[in-house]
Amino acid sequence: MIHALVDPFVDFAFMRRALVGCFALSLGAPPVGVFLVLRRLSLMGDAMSHAILPGAAIGFLVAGLSVPAMSLGGFIAGIAVVLLAGFVTRSTILREDASLAAFYLVSLALGVLIVSVKGSSIDLLHVLFGTVLALDDTALFLIAAIATLTMLTLAVIYRPLVLECFDPSFLDSVSRLSSPTHFLFLVLVVLNLVGGFQALGTLMVVGIMLLPAITARFWAQDISNMIIVAVAAAFAASFVGLLLSYYLNLPTGPAIILTSGAGYIVSMLIGVQGGLLWQLMPRKHLEA
Amino acid sequence: MSRRIFLVAAAVFAAMLGASGGVRAAEPMKVAASFSILGDMLKQVGGDRVQVFTFVGPNGDAHIYEPTPADAKELSESKILFINGLGLEGWMTRLEKSSGFKGTVVTASKGIIPHKMVEDEKTITDPHAWQSLANGKIYVANIRDALIAADPDGKASYEANAQKFLDGIAEMETTVKEAIAKLPPERRKIITTHDAFGYFGAAYGMEFIAPESVSTESEASAKDVAKIITQIKKEKIPAVFLENVTDSRLLDQISKETGAKIGGTLFSDALSPPDGPAGTYLDMFRNNIATLSEALSS
Repeated sequence: MIHALVDPFVDFAFMRRALVGCFALSLGAPPVGVFLVLRRLSLMGDAMSHAILPGAAIGFLVAGLSVPAMSLGGFIAGIAVVLLAGFVTRSTILREDASLAAFYLVSLALGVLIVSVKGSSIDLLHVLFGTVLALDDTALFLIAAIATLTMLTLAVIYRPLVLECFDPSFLDSVSRLSSPTHFLFLVLVVLNLVGGFQALGTLMVVGIMLLPAITARFWAQDISNMIIVAVAAAFAASFVGLLLSYYLNLPTGPAIILTSGAGYIVSMLIGVQGGLLWQLMPRKHLEA
Repeated sequence: MSRRIFLVAAAVFAAMLGASGGVRAAEPMKVAASFSILGDMLKQVGGDRVQVFTFVGPNGDAHIYEPTPADAKELSESKILFINGLGLEGWMTRLEKSSGFKGTVVTASKGIIPHKMVEDEKTITDPHAWQSLANGKIYVANIRDALIAADPDGKASYEANAQKFLDGIAEMETTVKEAIAKLPPERRKIITTHDAFGYFGAAYGMEFIAPESVSTESEASAKDVAKIITQIKKEKIPAVFLENVTDSRLLDQISKETGAKIGGTLFSDALSPPDGPAGTYLDMFRNNIATLSEALSS
């Protein structure tokens, strides 16, 4: 049993690399996801993942399959969308979600256009789907650096961020840190999406960010515990997903995300914080 | 005076008419080819009498392609559409219907013996028939016959061009066979990114192994990659080769892990741009065989 779990990683360097890459991603992305969930911005992760597409595409057109070029391009595109959406939100009557939706849709269309103009070369589509099994040193360092930066930044802005999750207007009234915090947080979202898309592709990377965070909601009540559960869930999904891909001959990215999805379904049923099964059980009446 | 001008004008007009009439008579027939290799064959056989439009251009992947409105327009104006068949161009049937194409569709691979392969318990037909020069001759004959049927006036020209091309192919076949005969038998086994060299291997006695299947659409699983790495180590496969149409990152990784060297880039499903190393069908073979020999002989 132990052999079945460990051997693939002992025997093959590419499995070790994939696991290290996924673990690094699991350290950075799920905590960011927890805050997204708590701030009811879950769908924003999805929007942002589309927003980085044109940047990555331009990076690819300029420098080919270069991790730094595509990441930088994706990062710039993501930040541009965040800044523009923020600017429009502050200056006009539009709410943030609406202006973000507008910009990400434009960005997505631009990305698809660039992909198509490049012609029939399929490389780019492969790039957008990512390859967990082909993480080279540069990609691993990038993912690890982003995870480190994410954790450090979260530690610094933890207090204002928590406050903003529950009472943004209070934070705004007592501190000038509200909008810098919000912006830094959005930068983290973009950074983690950029880091993850090397491994999982622009679409699936949102999965490793949000599914563990949503799962954690069923197991923990306060934010720090939620983060711990989310990271643990992401670790487990990465490990099990890679093994499933190894033994059952499944494509790796989807295997990891689907494992995470299965974790969510199970948690929804039996999670101690409002899982469906607990709700079905007759509750004790309050007794004096 | 005025009469003279009139005469001159009439002469000029007549000359113009004649010229334009002449141009019209020699105006090339518009034909379309699904991908660059077929496009090159068509140009070789058709010569000046045809104007070739190619959907999937140099270095493009014909397995997956999203046609543009310009493609549909070109197709509707074409008299003949040449496709490879054998399931290569899944996107073509839709385009054919939507463009209102009324010409003839010619399957260039008609008459070849399809190479089947079993994958995940399903039998799939390998579409990469052009990778055997013997099949290339059949392609050329099919193209020649279709062009003659559509443009009987050009029969002599098409036949001459086709013969010249067939001679070139025959010559290349000898070159390829000689080059492979020089390789030590235990080194005639290599890795490529997707299964595109089944016909090549069968025709010339080499074994090709690939993590992706015959189409580039599928994503490799960890199991596939592990299988290949084990195989490379066990059978001491000397080199892995990249292809011009696929993502190279996975092979880079495999090469690093096994110590098999990267032998270079093979052209499988598309030609290079005209100024590149494999601008024509024959240059593609010339380039591939040179790459293989160089990497495997030492």
